[in-house]
Amino acid sequence: MADVAGVTMDEVLRVAELANLELTAEEVPRMQHDLNAILGHIAQLNELDTSGVPAMAQVGEMLGAEIESTGANLRADALLPSLDRKAVMASAPESDGRFFKVPKVIER
Amino acid sequence: MTIQELRTALVSRTTTATSVAEQHYARIAADDGPSGKGINSYLALSRDRALAQAAKIDALAAKGDPLPALAGVPVGIKDVLTMTGSPATASSLILKGYMPPYDATAVTRLEAAGAVLLGKLNCDEFAMGSSNENSAYGPVRNPRALDRVPGGSSGGSAAAVAAGFAVASLGSDTGGSIRQPAAFCGVVGVLPTYGRISRFGLIAFASSLDRVGPFTTNVRDAATMLGVLAGQDAKDATSSDRPVGDYVGALEKPVKGLRIGVPAEYFGEGLNSEIRAAIENALDGLRAAGCEIKKITLPHTKYAIPTYYVVATAEASANLSRFDGVRFGLRADGVKTLSAMFRETRDQGFGAEVKRRILLGTYALSAGYYDAYYLKAQQVRTLLTRDFLAAFAEVDAIVAPITPTPPWKLGEKTADPLQMYLEDIYSVAASLAGICAMSVPCGQTAAGLPIGVQIMGPHFNEETMLRVALSIETAQT
Repeated sequence: MADVAGVTMDEVLRVAELANLELTAEEVPRMQHDLNAILGHIAQLNELDTSGVPAMAQVGEMLGAEIESTGANLRADALLPSLDRKAVMASAPESDGRFFKVPKVIER
Repeated sequence: MTIQELRTALVSRTTTATSVAEQHYARIAADDGPSGKGINSYLALSRDRALAQAAKIDALAAKGDPLPALAGVPVGIKDVLTMTGSPATASSLILKGYMPPYDATAVTRLEAAGAVLLGKLNCDEFAMGSSNENSAYGPVRNPRALDRVPGGSSGGSAAAVAAGFAVASLGSDTGGSIRQPAAFCGVVGVLPTYGRISRFGLIAFASSLDRVGPFTTNVRDAATMLGVLAGQDAKDATSSDRPVGDYVGALEKPVKGLRIGVPAEYFGEGLNSEIRAAIENALDGLRAAGCEIKKITLPHTKYAIPTYYVVATAEASANLSRFDGVRFGLRADGVKTLSAMFRETRDQGFGAEVKRRILLGTYALSAGYYDAYYLKAQQVRTLLTRDFLAAFAEVDAIVAPITPTPPWKLGEKTADPLQMYLEDIYSVAASLAGICAMSVPCGQTAAGLPIGVQIMGPHFNEETMLRVALSIETAQT
C-alpha cells in the first residue's frame, strides 16, 4: 500500500483537475489537510493481510449469485416507450429543443 | 397517528384522507418554518398531487370499496428521490429547481398503495453527511431538542415523522443515513437488504451501497411500508427477484427461542454510558421474552469506517461526474469554453463536503493508488461481509447500538470532517455487507434525548429483524 499522510498541494490540484473541480485558493490547503487526516485513518487497512481475498464489488456476488454467461436469463428485448423528449429537454440549461447547447469545445 | 389508526378512522368514516392531509399541511405551515419551530424538514410541498390523491381515496371510502394498504397515509419523500411535479435537488445548489421527468419506483409504489405524498424532505447534500448540516437549503433541527441535529443524511425524513409532519417518510441509507437519524429523532427507520427495494429514481451517491427505506413511528407501520416498497423492478438491475415476505404477518410470531447475537466490538470505549445501559435493558427484555442472548464477534468491525470511506467516495466521484451543467441543473454564467463550464458549474454547485468526497474518491481511483485504496477496500469489504455470514450461522439476529452518542448540538462537529465520519462506526458495516438492519427507539437519556437500538438481520430476512424490533418496542410501553 502506498505511503499515506503525504498528499501535497500539487496532488490536491491534480486530483481536482481530474475531477473537474475548481478549488479556490482558500479551499486547497483545507482540502489538503482533510484528505491527509482521512487517508491517515484509512491507512489502518494496511494492518490486514488481504492476499488471496476476492474483491467485493456487489452484494449479490457474496450470496452466490452467478453471472449467467449464455444470456438465457436476459429479459426479452422488447421495445418500450422512452421518456418524452420535451420533458427531458425542458430541464436543459440551454437547448434548441432537440440538442443540448454548450460553449465551444476548442479554444482559439 | 399510526397507519393502523388512520385506516380504522377512514374505514369508519370518522375522518377523510383530505382532512388528514390538510391537518398535516397546517402543522407544517405552523411549525416547520422560521416563524414556528424552524425545523426546516420540507424543501417543497406537493399540495396538488397530495390533495388529488386524497380525493381519490375519499371517493373509494365513500363507495365502501376496499382501501389499499396505505390509503390516505401522508408520506414525505427525501429529496434524493424523484417525484414529478416537484423539484428534485438532493439538497444541492447544482440541482436547484430541477424538475425530474419521471417518478422513482418507490414513489410509484407508495402512491399505487394509496399514500398521499405531501412533499420533498431536506437532507444532507447528495446524502453525504451525518447531521443534516450539509444541506444547501439550511440545516434541519431535531424536533425532540431544537438546538440539536436530527442526524443525517435523512434528517428531514426522520424529523418530519417525529414532528407529526407525516405519518411515514422515505429516506435513503448509504452508510447509516436512515438508522442514525431515526435513533436521533426517536422514530423507527429500516434499512432493507440491498436489492430489496428498487433504487430507480434515487439520485445516486454510491450505487453498491445506496438503499431506500421507510421511517415510521412504530414497527408495525414499518412492516406495512416495507411490504409495499419491496420487490423486483425491471428498471433496477440490482433489485432482487426473491419473493417478498409477509412482514406484517411475521409480527404475530413470538420471539421465544430466537438466538440474539451481541457483538463485543460494538460495545467498546467510545459508547455513551446511557446508550449502553438502554441497550442492555433492551437485551434483558429479549431474554425475558425467551430469546437466547449470545456473545459473538465481528472481528473486522474496526476496519468498517476506512473501508466505507474509500468505497463510498470512489463510487460517488464516478456518480457525481454527471453534474456538469450540460443536461440539467445549474450552469455557470459567463464561461467561454466547455471545460471551464464544467469546472465553474461544479465549483458553484457543490458544497464543501461533496467536493471533499469527490476529491477523496478521485484520489483513491487515480493511477498508482487504485490497488492500494480501492482494491484493498473491496477486499476488506469481503472480510466484513464474511464476519456477518459467519455470525448468522450462529444467531438469528444481532442487537447493537446504532450511534455512539446521543444527538449533538448544531455546529458542534462541523469543523472536523474525520470526527464526523467516526460517528458512523456502528452503521457502516451493515451497509457494506448488504444485510438488513433497522433502528428502533429504546428509551432516552436523563436529558430527554432519544436513544435507538440497532437490530441487524441476515440478507433477505427482514421478518426476523422486525419481530425482534417489535419485541423491544413492546417492552418499552
